[in-house]
Amino acid sequence: MSLRPSLGRRRTGGSPAGRALAFALRIARALFVSQYALMLEFRAEILLWALSGLLPLLMFSLWSGAPAGAAAGISHQAFARYFLAAFVVRQFTVVWVVYAFEEDNLLGRLSPLLLQPLPLVWRYAAAHLAEQATRLPFVVVMVALFFLAVPEAAWIPSPTRLLLALLAAHLGFWLNFLLQHAITMLCFWSERASALERFLFMPYLFLSGMLAPLDLYPEAVRRFALLTPFPSMLYLPAQLASGAPVDAVAGFRTVALWMAVLIPLNLWLWRAGVRRYAAMGG
Amino acid sequence: MDLARSIARHGRSIARFWSSSLAAEMEYQLNLLIEVAATLITLAGSLFTLSLFFGHGQKLGGWSWDAALVVLGIYTLLNGFSSTLLRPNLGNLVKQVQSGGLDFVLLKPMDSQLWVSVRTLSPWGLPEMALGLALVTIGTSRSGVRPDASALLTGGLMLLAGITILYSLWFVLAATSIWFVKIWNATEVLRSLLAAGQYPVSAYPSPLRLLFSTLLPVAFLTTVPAQAILGLASGRSLMAGLAFGGLSLVASRRLWLFALRHYTSASS
Repeated sequence: MSLRPSLGRRRTGGSPAGRALAFALRIARALFVSQYALMLEFRAEILLWALSGLLPLLMFSLWSGAPAGAAAGISHQAFARYFLAAFVVRQFTVVWVVYAFEEDNLLGRLSPLLLQPLPLVWRYAAAHLAEQATRLPFVVVMVALFFLAVPEAAWIPSPTRLLLALLAAHLGFWLNFLLQHAITMLCFWSERASALERFLFMPYLFLSGMLAPLDLYPEAVRRFALLTPFPSMLYLPAQLASGAPVDAVAGFRTVALWMAVLIPLNLWLWRAGVRRYAAMGG
Repeated sequence: MDLARSIARHGRSIARFWSSSLAAEMEYQLNLLIEVAATLITLAGSLFTLSLFFGHGQKLGGWSWDAALVVLGIYTLLNGFSSTLLRPNLGNLVKQVQSGGLDFVLLKPMDSQLWVSVRTLSPWGLPEMALGLALVTIGTSRSGVRPDASALLTGGLMLLAGITILYSLWFVLAATSIWFVKIWNATEVLRSLLAAGQYPVSAYPSPLRLLFSTLLPVAFLTTVPAQAILGLASGRSLMAGLAFGGLSLVASRRLWLFALRHYTSASS
């Protein structure tokens, strides 16, 4: 790969802002390409990780036969589409930054990375996006297998819905990333910050809509869940993709509100944490 | 006489193993608080999810809410058992294969499969086991069943068979690391599939039901023990549970002996 020539290439002309943007894009490309090459080496493991996300499909098989589902007025077909969409969205919103960061910290790999003139977060973000790209072919195969097994559920979302769903899923990924990144920053204070990730995963599991569409929840629980960031990571994009009724405006507003809280929080934790940093194994 | 002495000797070793592991883990007392909180939240969430299936007097796969509680209780109990014994020990086995530490285990005057299976005990799964047991008791009494001695005996026997099957599944995965060093990721797949055991197996569509009572015997982990305690199990499923439990134990033993013949240590 010829990363260095492309990074070093000088552009003449254009406004300073344009030059800065072009430079940022070159860095982003180099980061993504190198991380993608790394992730391809681990494709067997990534396949196993993808397979371990089968829970929504298991829940589909339960709900499609459950009398409670029919009583709530949700058809077999609607369940199939919702849970398949949830499965796909989950594949592209998985976040593991706290584990990667904690390992890098404990093994002393963090020090050289911190010296680079690039905030660390971009390296981990690029690794996540590269991992999603590696998952893509596996997910396509699994979706095809699902449609072979449940042909009556096959559908093509309308272009608007599809676009909104992709946007919502990607924003959901960033929301999830920011939430876990806040816990990751606690690695600067504790050696076992990853133990706290469970307290993020549990509400995610029960409030995101992975186990049942939120419409089946009692009204009070549903309204509470919609205040948390978790439905934005699964329920909102899955409803959009499956063509089910959803208040998209309210959904995206919740995403924006949580982003407005989490971005400053992460910045603050990062600055406070780096000041405390003491290399491991020194 | 020899057998009795051998059992007593192994029992003493295991008692030493576990008391030393407990002493080591007691350094992290804050963990207990975290684990109890996490277990309670998870259980509350699982109960909530289960309740969604029982809206207006509905049933799930022919099971009432109270009877389904017994299934969830047994699942919780087995989950606690996995975190207490299976995950720490079999995770260690994978590490020992990678580092070559298994060499020293093989030299010890104790059966190597027993040693790698019971060497450590993590107390953090115990609250979950206790909660699972409580849920089983609550579900049984709410179902209006007063289990007699024979129901308790068959229930206990089926639970033992379920534990044996669960152990064998984990052990087979861990032992395969002798050939495929990076197998541990596959345990995440196993865990996600075992989550199916939270619900009675009759709630699944028939192709999955077939899978769960043969290749991936989830049915014998939770549903059959629950049926046995509630006095609902058919003679056939009891026999099948016993057969599966026995066969899986034999299979794990055969695989271990076979794997050891292929073990070439890490440095060679």
